[in-house]
Amino acid sequence: MSAPVQMARPIWGWTVHDGLVVARRNIIQSFRIPEALFFSLVQPVIFVLLFAYVFGGAIPIPGAEGGAAPDANAYRNYLMPGIFGQTVAFAAAASTVGLAEDMQKGLIDRFRALPMSPPAVLLGRTLADALRQILVLTVLSITGFIVGWRISDGIPNAILAYLLLLLFAYTVAWIGAWIGLSVPNTETANTAGLIWLFPLTFLSNAFVPITALPSWLQAFAAFNPISSLVLATRELFGNPTGFQPDYWPLQNPILYTVISCVVLIAIFAPLAVRKYRSSAGK
Amino acid sequence: MSSEPAVRAEGLVKTFGDVRALDGVDLTVEVGQVVALLGPNGAGKTTVVRILATLLKATEGTATVAGFDVRTQANSVRRSIGLTGQYAAVDEYLTGRENLRMFGDLYHLTPAYVKERSAELLEGFELTYAADRPVRTYSGGMRRRLDLASSLIAKPSILFLDEPTTGLDPRSRLGLWEVMKELVREGTTVLLTTQYLEEADQLANDVVVIDHGRVIAHGTSEQLKDQIGGDRLEIVVADSAQIDEAKKALSTVFSGEAIVEDDKISAPVTGGSTVLVDAVRALDASGIPVADIALRRPTLDDVFLSLTGHAAEEEKADPNAPVSGRRRGGRR
Ligand SMILES: Nc1ncnc2c1ncn2[C@@H]1O[C@H](COP(=O)(O)OP(=O)(O)OP(=O)(O)O)[C@@H](O)[C@H]1O
Ligand SMILES: [Mg+2]
Repeated sequence: MSAPVQMARPIWGWTVHDGLVVARRNIIQSFRIPEALFFSLVQPVIFVLLFAYVFGGAIPIPGAEGGAAPDANAYRNYLMPGIFGQTVAFAAAASTVGLAEDMQKGLIDRFRALPMSPPAVLLGRTLADALRQILVLTVLSITGFIVGWRISDGIPNAILAYLLLLLFAYTVAWIGAWIGLSVPNTETANTAGLIWLFPLTFLSNAFVPITALPSWLQAFAAFNPISSLVLATRELFGNPTGFQPDYWPLQNPILYTVISCVVLIAIFAPLAVRKYRSSAGK
Repeated sequence: MSSEPAVRAEGLVKTFGDVRALDGVDLTVEVGQVVALLGPNGAGKTTVVRILATLLKATEGTATVAGFDVRTQANSVRRSIGLTGQYAAVDEYLTGRENLRMFGDLYHLTPAYVKERSAELLEGFELTYAADRPVRTYSGGMRRRLDLASSLIAKPSILFLDEPTTGLDPRSRLGLWEVMKELVREGTTVLLTTQYLEEADQLANDVVVIDHGRVIAHGTSEQLKDQIGGDRLEIVVADSAQIDEAKKALSTVFSGEAIVEDDKISAPVTGGSTVLVDAVRALDASGIPVADIALRRPTLDDVFLSLTGHAAEEEKADPNAPVSGRRRGGRR
């Protein structure tokens, strides 16, 4: 057979090309494990049902209803963006476990011995993990709609809300990737990938208003990018936001979320790529 | 040879904390040659391969692959090599064909070429029937074959194979040997690691024996076998009273000093399996019944016993071990 034929360099460069090849692989992969995909969809749906029907009426939203009696529907509308935010944040765990697995199975070694661009494997991984959230957000939105959640500030704003959620998913995927490359094996990855996400999502306005937190935690929660993300999506979907304490991130939630994402990627992407280049494998 | 060797390593040292995995390894592989790196668990075989494949940086020493420095010209090295690691590294959830496509794309080959080359490799490795099944459903041997196929997608001129046949059944092993021989006929340079002398024997022009991160012997497999005394004939006589008689009857068959122990005689021989026939005839002519007769080929254990004074078994890498308690085998 003939000698190998090299491709012409695509206009977007080899890093993007290689990243897309790896992303395609990761996306195919998630459809080859239908069970995993199924459960990743079921989990947020259970959350919606649990909060909507179990806790629904019990949590008042200060500032939402002008002091009226707690209204289950108001809470559901308040809740959905919180669940969106929590769900995309937890997407990071998939990147952690996925990369730890690739490392343990020797695939990272194989990639590293190829003449490919070093960031491409991580680019592909984070991209695929963020894109998978489109499916998750779709299923979540439908469930929300069934329990009474409504988009009430126009389609363009709603699209902006979804884009913000995906940007955040992509951001935390880089943090997850860095953790995945730092842990010694997949067992550790399973815990390490999740452990930081619990305080991060619960010390935010995702499920309860920040004003309900003890005062010393309020400042932390106010600067937690999950809070600004959730608040921004509440505003963009036209859902009740509750009363906002006077912190800059909560006065400018969209701007603060975008800045946080850019800063976090600027920190964690180089860290992850450095780990990748030096990963010992095995 | 006038041209630059395919692989040249000088004084490779690698330490992991206080473990000295490599302690000054020199290695040369000429273009078109097959060199086997032979050694027990923990000898440092994988470490050598990983350094040459740019996956690991040597603590000391230099190495060039295809004329490129592994440290400063890693990407050029990567373009020239194919690597099959010690454990099959293919994506479990993709099909065999999808794996090959992914690696081909990452080598920046055209889609048309990747398609054609994948089909050719799948055919050559007898995987066509399973090409569109997820690798998860493959047997160990099939995975290993796909692993090797993946490293051949871009037709690398230099191939690193880390224990390519460990864990395979004899039939799969023979199959892989055939594939490797074919690659060599086509001009590929191969550095393979193995724990089996026979594998080195079958495939390699040159064998480098390493232990505790050092090269302890180097030569063709014939030279190595000769160095440790070649084949041995072992005979167990039915009646131990006839042992001396048997030894006398076989004196022309043996090529060296015979060792007698109870009812067993063991002696070096040359000439391969025909000596078995000669021995049986000689004993028959003298009317000595035999309980057992066997031609024992040297194994890696024998090489190790003779070269290092210890058996080829897994050991804790002890930083002091390479210096103390080691007897250097008589080199020719
Ligand atoms: N990442 C690492 N960290 C610490 N020690 C290591 C590391 N990699 C290898 N070693 C040590 O270096 C030595 C050589 O290991 P290596 O894997 O090269 O041996 P090997 O000859 O390939 O053995 P095997 O036949 O078991 O594959 C061993 O003592 C091993 O414990
Ligand atoms: Mg090894």
